[in-house]
Amino acid sequence: MAGPARLTRDEVVHVAALARLELTEEELDLFTVQLAKVLDHAADVSFLDLAGVPMTSHALAMTNVLRPDEVQPCLDRDEVLAQAPSVEDHRFRVPRILGEAP
Amino acid sequence: MSAPRPSIELAQAVRSGARAAVDVVGEHLAAIEAGDGAVHAFNLVTAEQARDQAAAVDRMVAEGGDPGPLAGVPIALKDNLCTRGVPTTCSSRILEGWLPPYDATVVTRLRRAGAVVVGKTNMDEFAMGSSTEGSAFGPTHNPHDTSRVPGGSSGGSAAAVAAGFAPLALGSDTGGSIRQPAALCGVVGMKPTYGTVSRYGLVAFASSLDQIGPLATTVADAALLFDVIGGHDPADSTSLNRPSPRVLSVLDDGVAGLAVGVLTEFLEGAAPDVVARVREAAEACAAAGATVQEVSVPVVHLGLSAYYLISPGEASSNLARYDGVRYGLRVDAEDTVAMNTATRSAGFGAEVKRRIMLGTYVLSAGYMDAYYNQALRVRTKTIEGFDAAYACCDVLLGPTSPTTAFPLGSKTGDPLAMYQSDVCTIPSNLAGHPAISIPFGPGDDGLPVGVQVLGPALSEGTLFRVAAVVEAAAPPLLPLGSAGEVRS
Repeated sequence: MAGPARLTRDEVVHVAALARLELTEEELDLFTVQLAKVLDHAADVSFLDLAGVPMTSHALAMTNVLRPDEVQPCLDRDEVLAQAPSVEDHRFRVPRILGEAP
Repeated sequence: MSAPRPSIELAQAVRSGARAAVDVVGEHLAAIEAGDGAVHAFNLVTAEQARDQAAAVDRMVAEGGDPGPLAGVPIALKDNLCTRGVPTTCSSRILEGWLPPYDATVVTRLRRAGAVVVGKTNMDEFAMGSSTEGSAFGPTHNPHDTSRVPGGSSGGSAAAVAAGFAPLALGSDTGGSIRQPAALCGVVGMKPTYGTVSRYGLVAFASSLDQIGPLATTVADAALLFDVIGGHDPADSTSLNRPSPRVLSVLDDGVAGLAVGVLTEFLEGAAPDVVARVREAAEACAAAGATVQEVSVPVVHLGLSAYYLISPGEASSNLARYDGVRYGLRVDAEDTVAMNTATRSAGFGAEVKRRIMLGTYVLSAGYMDAYYNQALRVRTKTIEGFDAAYACCDVLLGPTSPTTAFPLGSKTGDPLAMYQSDVCTIPSNLAGHPAISIPFGPGDDGLPVGVQVLGPALSEGTLFRVAAVVEAAAPPLLPLGSAGEVRS
């Protein structure tokens, strides 16, 4: 199969936004070069003809794990909330979310 | 001859009352105090809790109870294993100061076995790295030569064992992060079959690859530690619901009649002195009654590429949880998306950012089929390649790392060069198979060489039998700190 085109700086900018990372100009330059190098190395995989080979997302056969729907002890709410950066009325508090870009 | 087992003897002395756990733990805390300034194996030393826990072990012995098979034995935990109320940082600014509200299952099992946690060890941030230089809190130094890396990402755990700070440690291995530092520091390190050790409370990096495993000074000690931490755990949905292989009881069964394959592809890229040590280890297996042959598994050449597509993909998803909302660092901003972005940009180091970016890219529309899905197909071919080899061999033998420990700073500017140091360890993670690294004398530079034994899923018993034979034949390592004299 044909491999993808080389990674561009604009794509790095786009991916950073998807990953909720803000990179400096220097980081963008550096990562563009470094990530392209890693992806070039991965070309041996992307160019292989593996049509018909099944994908393995998990090395060992996995099945759904179920348990009876019974009440069990869970983490202590106050102990969990004590680790949060901001809490209000026993809930996690975050800055404004309305009106932002989707 | 029985394999050397210092931790097991230590626990026996404590259980019989011949030694006090407080003394054993006190001696190790003193060693850390005296030596860790030069090594930086620990992010945190839990001296007070360790002394309290040791005193509890001694009380139990005095009252006629049995604290368990690891009674009073000090153990160091990689800082990605959750310890309730004790900081767990993953060597990242984003989790600095976080106090987990629960213990990892392995931590619970260690305490039940009487082990005493002496501290949390340094690591590459979120276990992404091969030298421990990716820690936000500064690198760990190799106790054999402090100008060299200890390997990674479990470099702090390997260095702690090598330096005598703790006879046992736990690490995690996603692409070699237990075995490679074990090799570079001259200790035993083992990655179990995926699913044999619970991942509950292990901070996730790449969930289909991560496994917790033991580091120890000897094969027997690693065997006991594996026996203690293994077994089904309902809290981990990927935990195998079947009895974990027991290894300590079969350790001295020998290798007569076993078929050992020397893995050709692993020798091709390795340094000549490392190759020579692997061949000596193979000869030792033959002398002990195994049949030895060279075996080729060509697909392992693709392991590195596949791993650096699959693991960043999983990491980019797993690390989405660090958003400044529920725990860890928050950098305030006017709205939530800006806060998420500011927090993640300030909290993650360069290598973590690189891998999140790489993972986001290979999972994105238009590239997923060319990269990520192709890597998953290579994973299938890797399993098939190993299956073919294990049709004629019980185990495979090769180097753990292509080289001995490299100088600090020598690969930090070139991520791909750093990734290459995992080339011999990654295939076992892709296949979910167990593998163990055993120190096998010094290389030409005086630094430890690790020999790796690989086996099919759930072959831990066989793996440890071979490891014991390799260990018995291994030339002694040079004393700590003397490798530099060999080179000068």
